[in-house]
Amino acid sequence: MNTLLNDLATKFDAVTWEESHGQDVARVPPDEWYLFAAAAKDGGFEVCVDVTAVDWMRQRPERYEVVANLLSMEHRTRLRMITTVGRDDPTVASLTPLWPGANYAEREVYDMFGISFEGHPDLTRILMPDDWEGHPLRKDFGVGSVPVQFKTSHQVS
Amino acid sequence: MPDEKTVDLWVAGTEEPQFSPTDEGAQEFGPDESEARLADQFGRVIDDDYLFDDEVAEDERSVINMGPQHPSTHGVLRLQLELEGEVIRRSKPIVGYLHTGMEKTAEQLTFAQGPTNVTRMDYLAPFHGELAYSLAVERLLDVVVPPRAAAIRILMTELNRVSSHLVALATNGMDIGAVSMMIYGFRERESILAFFEKSTGLRMNHNYIRPGGVAADLHPGWRDDVAAILDDLPGRLRLYDDLLKDNPIWMARTQGVGIIQPEEAVAFSVTGPALRAAGVDWDIRKAFPYSGIEQYEFDVPVGENGDVYDRYRVRVEEIHESLKIVEQVTEAMPKGDYRIDDAKITPPPRARIDESMEALIHHFKLFTEGFKVPAGETYVAVESPRGELGCYLVSDGGASAYRMHTRAPSFYNLQALPIAMADSLVADTVATIASMDPVMGDVDR
Amino acid sequence: MATAPPGNLLMTTVERAANWARTRSMFPATFGLACCAIEMMATGAAHYDLARFGMEVFRASPRQADLMIVAGRVSQKMAPVLRQVYDQMPEPKWVISMGACASTGGMFNNYALVQGVDQIVPVDIYVPGCPPGPQSLMHGILTLHDKIMTGEIVRP
Repeated sequence: MNTLLNDLATKFDAVTWEESHGQDVARVPPDEWYLFAAAAKDGGFEVCVDVTAVDWMRQRPERYEVVANLLSMEHRTRLRMITTVGRDDPTVASLTPLWPGANYAEREVYDMFGISFEGHPDLTRILMPDDWEGHPLRKDFGVGSVPVQFKTSHQVS
Repeated sequence: MPDEKTVDLWVAGTEEPQFSPTDEGAQEFGPDESEARLADQFGRVIDDDYLFDDEVAEDERSVINMGPQHPSTHGVLRLQLELEGEVIRRSKPIVGYLHTGMEKTAEQLTFAQGPTNVTRMDYLAPFHGELAYSLAVERLLDVVVPPRAAAIRILMTELNRVSSHLVALATNGMDIGAVSMMIYGFRERESILAFFEKSTGLRMNHNYIRPGGVAADLHPGWRDDVAAILDDLPGRLRLYDDLLKDNPIWMARTQGVGIIQPEEAVAFSVTGPALRAAGVDWDIRKAFPYSGIEQYEFDVPVGENGDVYDRYRVRVEEIHESLKIVEQVTEAMPKGDYRIDDAKITPPPRARIDESMEALIHHFKLFTEGFKVPAGETYVAVESPRGELGCYLVSDGGASAYRMHTRAPSFYNLQALPIAMADSLVADTVATIASMDPVMGDVDR
Repeated sequence: MATAPPGNLLMTTVERAANWARTRSMFPATFGLACCAIEMMATGAAHYDLARFGMEVFRASPRQADLMIVAGRVSQKMAPVLRQVYDQMPEPKWVISMGACASTGGMFNNYALVQGVDQIVPVDIYVPGCPPGPQSLMHGILTLHDKIMTGEIVRP
């Protein structure tokens, strides 16, 4: 199990490894994103469970984090890969050529955050209407709530 | 002269018709009736004459639209189908018609309000969504719920699996034509929903499994209610097996239809009964057990062919296995608290608020501000009736989630739909979609 | 079940007969969107039977339906579809907005949902609940029947 990760660690020395509440996390530089994922897939991570993103706004030097959760059924282990992407023209390599299951997830990240995936076969909006402007899950996109009488809360209105 | 392989079209006025127009319902055989033709007509021999051997030009294909408002698409799913005659050459699911912005809403709600949001994503398995979220919050808080709370959670989620699979069977049956299955499935579901209503207050979307435990203890007399469910259901399931399992029409419509190979399923991140029907033995309850489920004995049914029939059988077997788990949980239900006794996370009992000032302050702060969760990120997955339902939770130390993302199983299962429907008939579309059992609230969130 | 009509509303026997016929076999159009759709299906199922009101046939085609029960949350992408289906229904038609999300946007006061389906189609009955149980939905449907019978809701 840990030999899997040790192999990856020895091949990629620019990757920092952490443990987050009992799960292994690899922080990968953006230009090694695809190579690391390919090596992980060859090493035994057959399934890409999820691809998502986090918008750190001004709290971190790089605005977005793209997170991919991998699963190895054979070794019964999970791995999380995280990379950071800047605010101007955020782009990262697509994992769809490796795992076709990442297709919709990356489209959702593009739709919600505006992060482009190079090498994705069909990068279009998936959840919002095609002519929607803006990327809803960014922190500078308001919730869009309508004022409700008598309700004052910490909700952004 | 058309040979045996092609479809006979009687075009008025051009050829000698096989039967005269006034022979509607005539019992006598025409001059050309032979055993082979009779076998063909009565369905004893299936002739694969709907696949064209010669290439058809691309512009002779027609693109039709199925949905989003459609009786058989299980919610607001839109499918673009490229048809060549009756055969589907390409298909594209278009989703987003139920997008509710739940992940954005989760950033506005406190952690205690979070389950109200997550429970409405996969609305047929609301307990599983709440469980994934609560487990993620508890992992960030680094707390463990008491054993009774864990056991109640397993009881509720496994009963939820039964009720969700009953809806799957009901809609599966109705879509293919066994309309009585719809009535039966919803009838059994009523007894389970009545149980949920007594304990949680609601038939659906319960907001019962919260970070720290569950909202309230099981209602008095719950053992009798569970015993009634366990007595009734297996007999009824046998009746439905009589209706469907060896039914030649059902088998003809579901066997060999909507096949997903195991390698395709793994590549497309398909999980749940669709993956197990393809032959891959993977269940989160066995691989990464949660909430004490490893104490209970149950099997994981695995299919062989990956077609609609196998997915149906896997779901029926899973109902039986879940009932086994429910029986073990009721026997072994530990006594104790139904939630953590930590005043910073769970509200005090209602009676104590009248007596103690501290309890009142805790209650006030918990319901106005909410409890704060230390900064961190985690991913927790549970096995929902549709597959791996995961919650990726990021906290920045505040009282609401910084980012809450739900890994929705139906979202990924839908990606395999074009593969399952490739080169099949339009009528098989309905069967395939029903067997993948997508819940659009989960897909679009 | 019919009460005295309000105000100075006069109803001829023909109108009364027409109203009676309309309420006794109202066909709902399938517009189940989310969780409320499951409760709508449960209302049509055996335990809470809608068939006793002549309504168990949920017509898939809006051309054959007179009642549209908007069951569930209406997203921005779905709104034009909702309007188109409503427009395709022939008169007389009625709309029941089932659930909190259809009535007002519910707990999702955000960019993605239409805050109340009455922004798009005229609504006759609002059924609150999240989701409203089958009994609430039936109460809403029967209230609609009452209102049609007394002439309170007039359709040409």
